[in-house]
Amino acid sequence: MFSAEFKQELDKITNKYEQKRAALLPLLHCVQEKEGLISPETEKNLAEYLGIPVVQVHEVVSFYHLFHQQKLGKCHFSICQTTACALRGAEGIIDYIQQKLNIKPGETTPDGKFSLSVVECLGACEIAPMMQCNKDYIGPLTKQKVDELMGKNK
Amino acid sequence: MEKIASRRFGQDNSHLLASYLKDNGYAAARKALTGMTPAQIIDEVKKSNLRGLGGAGFPTGMKWSFIPAANPKPKYLVINADEGEPGTFKDKYILEQDPHALLEGIIITCYAIGSHKAYIYIRGEYIKSLQRMQAAIDEAYKEKYLGKGVMGSGFDIDVVVHPGGGAYICGEETALLESLEGKKGFPRLKPPFPAIVGLFNCPTVINNVETIACVGPIINKGAEWYAKLGSEKNGGNRLFCISGHVNKPGVYELPNGTTLRELIYTHAGGIPNGRQLKAVIPGGISAPLLTPDQIDVKMDFDSLKAIGSMAGSGGIIVMDDTTDMVWAAMVAARFFAHESCGQCSPCREGSGWVYRNVKKIYHGHGKPHDLNNLPGIVNNIGGNTICAFGDAVTMSVGSYVSKFRHEFEAKITKEPAHA
Repeated sequence: MFSAEFKQELDKITNKYEQKRAALLPLLHCVQEKEGLISPETEKNLAEYLGIPVVQVHEVVSFYHLFHQQKLGKCHFSICQTTACALRGAEGIIDYIQQKLNIKPGETTPDGKFSLSVVECLGACEIAPMMQCNKDYIGPLTKQKVDELMGKNK
Repeated sequence: MEKIASRRFGQDNSHLLASYLKDNGYAAARKALTGMTPAQIIDEVKKSNLRGLGGAGFPTGMKWSFIPAANPKPKYLVINADEGEPGTFKDKYILEQDPHALLEGIIITCYAIGSHKAYIYIRGEYIKSLQRMQAAIDEAYKEKYLGKGVMGSGFDIDVVVHPGGGAYICGEETALLESLEGKKGFPRLKPPFPAIVGLFNCPTVINNVETIACVGPIINKGAEWYAKLGSEKNGGNRLFCISGHVNKPGVYELPNGTTLRELIYTHAGGIPNGRQLKAVIPGGISAPLLTPDQIDVKMDFDSLKAIGSMAGSGGIIVMDDTTDMVWAAMVAARFFAHESCGQCSPCREGSGWVYRNVKKIYHGHGKPHDLNNLPGIVNNIGGNTICAFGDAVTMSVGSYVSKFRHEFEAKITKEPAHA
């Protein structure tokens, strides 16, 4: 069960929609912002709050790649690998980051500082090759730029 | 050349209401709400030859006219700001730098179709766009450009920003509706079309950000002016996005009749390092490849369709002669395999199969039957699915194989000679 105060916060979002269930995606973003992940507990609570079966929350969480069922590192690198970025050296950047952090895409460093994901087009081809680092779009990336980013986020 | 959608880009604080008002902001909305009928507005937009700038190029005025006025259900306007088509990044600029232009277009469109509620569905990764759009909406409510009886007209309108969850398929209009309703982004079968059964089963118009951002200028300056700027059945300018092997990647607003050659060499500064053009994607990754002999084509919807490709989302990606086309096909196939929503078997299975097949060939493990089977696998996806994503896999990946088959052949391992 969500607390009464949290339900009030969620109501502010839900009240914008003609059907309660339509608020699910923004609600998931809201909880993930607070807790860093979507836990099975959250799925149950959201299902109860919206009056829908838990499976309908879970299938949304697993369908959309922005929702995480595990906590990510403090600094999450999402590197674009689609055509425009690929043409401008994305593969080299991805390899370099894997080498420096010693993790593969989908993994987090043992100290919890960095996570790496490889994603498809982020809509910033004009600064290719690029990544999303937490909330920010960063590019064009070079090995030097990557070193700077890692240094800043240690 | 007169700029329309991008005229305010780059100005200080262009995203703020104060800046927009200094620039004749909301004058078109006022003119529409207090001096025109919905029918007149739809007529004007029809005459302007404005076509959908998200990718399909459907005539906008005609789409609006499909909303059944007599239907007692509430009508909805949904703005597609999911901008996921690889090579495309123009809507981001409107959302971040001129959100009030979009809001003004929304007000006029809602009035024209009898809607009092608009949702702006913005892809979840576009954090700055989400923030700027919400801030613009808050300003607009405060100064009564949104809300009850706006601009003294008696017309009520509410606008809500809705974040996506990271799924390319939600750029497809019916998948977007499913996502907006709180579900997985599984496209719906059409018919029925959203104009009849859309959001929450109600009549709905879905339009791209740039399309709606052009509505204010059309109302201000007239359909004839807008139509004249473009080509015969494709009015106005377009925000072209160009990236890949060019010196000046970016957004360029140009008339629809501009050629691909002009875009690449005159505006984007040509190809770096003295290299030559090898291939170019003219309208987002879903558009079939063009070769250097085809770049004198005009970049409007009808001209590109005539040469076997599409204007699509306006996302141009340039490939120079260092590009391994089998590798490029693998990158495209991988994109489609990752983004297939999984609803239809031919696409769910076929997109993965195409990717694994091309990857095998690229890495030098492909046998002759792998290449011979490839067209059959690719061609049996499109036309057999609920939505156009399947068609995109077929057309797009198919074009690498058909136009650069010799590169695939060169990578095939010869069968060992039998003793």
